Amino acid sequence: MIRSKKSLRAFAALAGVAALTLSACGSSNDNNKGTTGDNGGSKSALCGKNLAFLGALTGDAGALGQNMVNGINLALKQYNDKNADCKISLKTFDSQGSPDKAPALATQVINDDSIFGLIGPGFSGESLATGKTFFEAGLPSISPSATNVTITQQGWTTWHRVIGNDDAQGAADAKYLTETAGAKKVYVIDDGQDYSKGLAGKVKSSLGAAAVASDQISVGQTDMSAVVTKVKASGADAVFYGGYYTEAGLLAKQLRQGGFTGKFMSGDGSEDPNFVKVAGAAAANGALLSAPAGPAPAGFAASGLYATQAYDATNIFLAALAAGKDNAKDINAFIGSYTGDGASGPIAFDDKGDIKQSTIYVYKVADGKLDVDNPEAIK
Amino acid sequence: MTTTPTPPVSAPTNPLFRLGLWWDGVIDRYNALPRLYKVVLVLAFALFVYALPLVRPPLIATDRIDFGGVMFACAAYALIALGLNIVIGYAGLLDLGYIGFYAVGAYTTGVLTSYHWAWPFFLALPVAVAVTMLTGVILGAPTLRVRGDYLAIVTLGFGEIIRICVKNIEWLGASAGIKDINHPNTIGPAPKPPFDPGGLFAIPRLEWNGITPSLDHEHATHFLVFGARDAIPYYWLLLTALIVVLLGDRLVKASRVGRAWEATREDEDAAELMGVPTFKYKLMAFALGAAIGGLSGAFYASSQSGYISPDSFPLATSFLFVAAVIVGGSGNRWGAMVGGVLVAYLPERFRDFADYRLLVFGLALTVLAITRPEGLLPPRRTRRAKMMEAEIEQLEEGPVDA
Amino acid sequence: MDLGALFGNFNNFLDFTVGGLVIGAIYALVALGYTMVYGVLQLINFAHSEVFMYGTFAVAWTFVLLHGTGDASWSLGRAVPILLVALVAAMLMSAAIALLVERFAYRPLINKNAPKLIALISAIGASFALAEAMGLRDRFAKWFGLDDNLANYVAPNKARDVYSNPVSIQPHGLFHIGGYSVTDVDLVVVVAALVMMFALDIFVRRTKFGRGIRAVAQDPEAAALMGVNSTRVVQVTFLVGGLMAGAAATLYMMKIGSTRQNAGFLLGVKAFTAAVMGGIGNLRGALLGGLLLGVMENWGSAVFGSEWKDVVAFVLLVLILLVRPSGLLGEALGKARA
Repeated sequence: MIRSKKSLRAFAALAGVAALTLSACGSSNDNNKGTTGDNGGSKSALCGKNLAFLGALTGDAGALGQNMVNGINLALKQYNDKNADCKISLKTFDSQGSPDKAPALATQVINDDSIFGLIGPGFSGESLATGKTFFEAGLPSISPSATNVTITQQGWTTWHRVIGNDDAQGAADAKYLTETAGAKKVYVIDDGQDYSKGLAGKVKSSLGAAAVASDQISVGQTDMSAVVTKVKASGADAVFYGGYYTEAGLLAKQLRQGGFTGKFMSGDGSEDPNFVKVAGAAAANGALLSAPAGPAPAGFAASGLYATQAYDATNIFLAALAAGKDNAKDINAFIGSYTGDGASGPIAFDDKGDIKQSTIYVYKVADGKLDVDNPEAIK
Repeated sequence: MTTTPTPPVSAPTNPLFRLGLWWDGVIDRYNALPRLYKVVLVLAFALFVYALPLVRPPLIATDRIDFGGVMFACAAYALIALGLNIVIGYAGLLDLGYIGFYAVGAYTTGVLTSYHWAWPFFLALPVAVAVTMLTGVILGAPTLRVRGDYLAIVTLGFGEIIRICVKNIEWLGASAGIKDINHPNTIGPAPKPPFDPGGLFAIPRLEWNGITPSLDHEHATHFLVFGARDAIPYYWLLLTALIVVLLGDRLVKASRVGRAWEATREDEDAAELMGVPTFKYKLMAFALGAAIGGLSGAFYASSQSGYISPDSFPLATSFLFVAAVIVGGSGNRWGAMVGGVLVAYLPERFRDFADYRLLVFGLALTVLAITRPEGLLPPRRTRRAKMMEAEIEQLEEGPVDA
Repeated sequence: MDLGALFGNFNNFLDFTVGGLVIGAIYALVALGYTMVYGVLQLINFAHSEVFMYGTFAVAWTFVLLHGTGDASWSLGRAVPILLVALVAAMLMSAAIALLVERFAYRPLINKNAPKLIALISAIGASFALAEAMGLRDRFAKWFGLDDNLANYVAPNKARDVYSNPVSIQPHGLFHIGGYSVTDVDLVVVVAALVMMFALDIFVRRTKFGRGIRAVAQDPEAAALMGVNSTRVVQVTFLVGGLMAGAAATLYMMKIGSTRQNAGFLLGVKAFTAAVMGGIGNLRGALLGGLLLGVMENWGSAVFGSEWKDVVAFVLLVLILLVRPSGLLGEALGKARA
């Protein structure tokens, strides 16, 4: 799974600096706890090279990609400040969130010999469209945000994600709704996207008989009156919504205005301060937003959905670099055996590339604010 | 009026109009050549187009996105523009939902080669085209009775209906889409990743350092491997299909059918009075256009990623297709293809402007529309009519004041 | 299919219907812009969705300007003073954008007597450019060094993200129709839409400009011979369409409360559908089409599930056009009594 040219170069580089790096490599090989920045004065062959980001930076979902790039840049800045002699930079590849632009971008990435790792792809559709390309070229990748369950079932051993997949979150959310929040009848809604359907579907199946009915709105829909009527008619005491914050906010707002008084819960796609802005403080209060990520550490300088995950993904690559890994195969092996505590929580991968243990947290909206510091972990 | 000999035409000073005249000149000169020269010229041109993604000419090749992939998209858009040109350019029907047919072709291929059956691609291809054509007839039969501009919103609606259907019908993969769509069969030894790229032989690409080319053996294209790493073989295949469709388009346009379309477009009532069954011909144009859209969709589905989902067929792309045909020159097959290539190519070439590229694209559309309402390469008839008009105006009113 | 969801309970039925009427009223106001321009020029103004979108931003900006960025929930009564200012701002903004589109995307083509399709492309281009310009407003602010001063308006780095009105307007139930609690916001939306329609109706029917509009719609050449300044008439048409879109934007922000750079697109498609349904070029048709579309979408959501809502809308459109090929009230603007 290594690209011939890259591996050749890597071997050449290895041979050239073998004497210098041997001791450093030896000592840092075992130390893969996610510490960055101590490479013992030796220079990795990857210095001056690039990480790549592939995802939406413009277009409808551009804001999410911008969050991720902010997270990546934060990690790179911290690293480059510490390692002035070994700077790593970022090359971004804007897919506009469209799965049909992604393959050509992926081909560009694998033909660019200065790129040693990929943060992304951002969404599940892009991941499915490019997974084979990256796998055949042997480029290790870590996605901060693609949560579709099937991606890691394709046998792409170079593909990882630092976010729990939809199944883990859906099961936890269903449990929380019935056991902690005390919901008896839950109305499940999604926005028809792959991520949302996967999450809402898992919630529904985990709820069993407690799920009274379900409906599906569409992305960009702003008037929810029909769904609100249906929810009220069903007599549900809780609503679960799978989707992103814009529609989630509008739904929460119009549910409350329509007289719905039960619980409102949604997943990580809605766990963003913008949810509260869209819903309005009064309607957002009491909303439960789950995410497979713990609170960002104090003073974390990048905000928004998926910024912490992107930050963590970047740090894993930088840790591989610090550990002296400088070819695709070694980096991939390093990622596979990586364990560490990231900004989004503890990170370790299973053999499929899924994050091993993902604790799902519930973030609550209170007093017109999303309380991002004190989530409740779902046991 | 002065008696000094004026040029026969008050040649418009618009540089884009000159482009049309230049094109006429090219065609005239080509037509005047002996047959043998013609064949040689055409073959040389075709060879150049085939080799383009390997030659990677500086300034033209894209540097932020794989040039082979962009060329594939250009060829796909050219094929789509060719099909839509039959509907808009020849028959004069404004179809804003053309992406629906593209989706039908892609999904038929996906279902047949991966999701429910495991047909080889080349068996699924004709079925996909036939299914799309049938869809065109089914959708066209009621809608083509709606006149003129209403057709725009009705077709737009159908494009959206098709997208919503594939998004919600589990049998079609729903929102998750269809993956592992069969690629066309590889010729030569199959690749065995990671070390054996397969194929009969490797073709190196050119790497340009300024204006000095050198061979880049590291990133060679393996002939003829249809895999996930290289888009160029798909480009070659699609280009071949494009050429076949182009030849077919020539035949149809020159036939009785082509003349009937023209008559219908110019004046439907008059055509009907002259005994042209306009509805039948409109339906034929609609179905034929649909079939070509389906063909393009089938190639798209089986291309590099082998993955399609409802997100691949957004409504706004239909507008791009229409823009391609009209910007290029509706009614002229070369114009439409140029439009298709430009619409696919320009946003990718100017990725450096990243954020601004859609803004610039929008402005460019408007500016082009205003400065060149007939499109870049309008049909020659349109240009002649325009020159004639200018001439008449000149005779009536004297030379235009400077 | 679940007919019971719609007809099983009369209260629910009313609930679905009234909810549809409210959003339908907004469709109708936006549809006016399409219908007026089509009536006069026989051109589909695809940039009209952006005219609406700029209006929604004008509303949110007015609130930021007069209230600040602190999130708040107000009753309608408390918000009325700012809403009135916002209404004026949105109408001015939308009208300005509409005139801009007319001046730069349409007039050069009308003067050249260009084919209809090319005007469509010009409008699509303008629509792309306008939506993108809004999505890039942070960059433009930066060019002029205003990004700090305007931070609250341009939302740095996230100009494409959803942009919410800081003041969320809390509706209060006034009375019930079946199970539907009709709120003050709903009432204002529907009544305001009807009043605007009525005013426009009178404008087109009774005033000199209105006569000019009808004359040009009927026969541009004859109108020109009679001394009607057709350029001015076209301008006024775009202006009026823009004003109505601005009003619609204000009502939309009252009801929905947030917008984004592509908010116009879907609503534009719906409004255009409504205009065609009612008979394009017909003012009363736009009202009927808008309300009908809103209601049918909700009924369709009830019976088939919300994911089929748009399919219901478009199938209905095709059926109507098959039975009445020029829309429900299908008269051109020129012939309309209205």
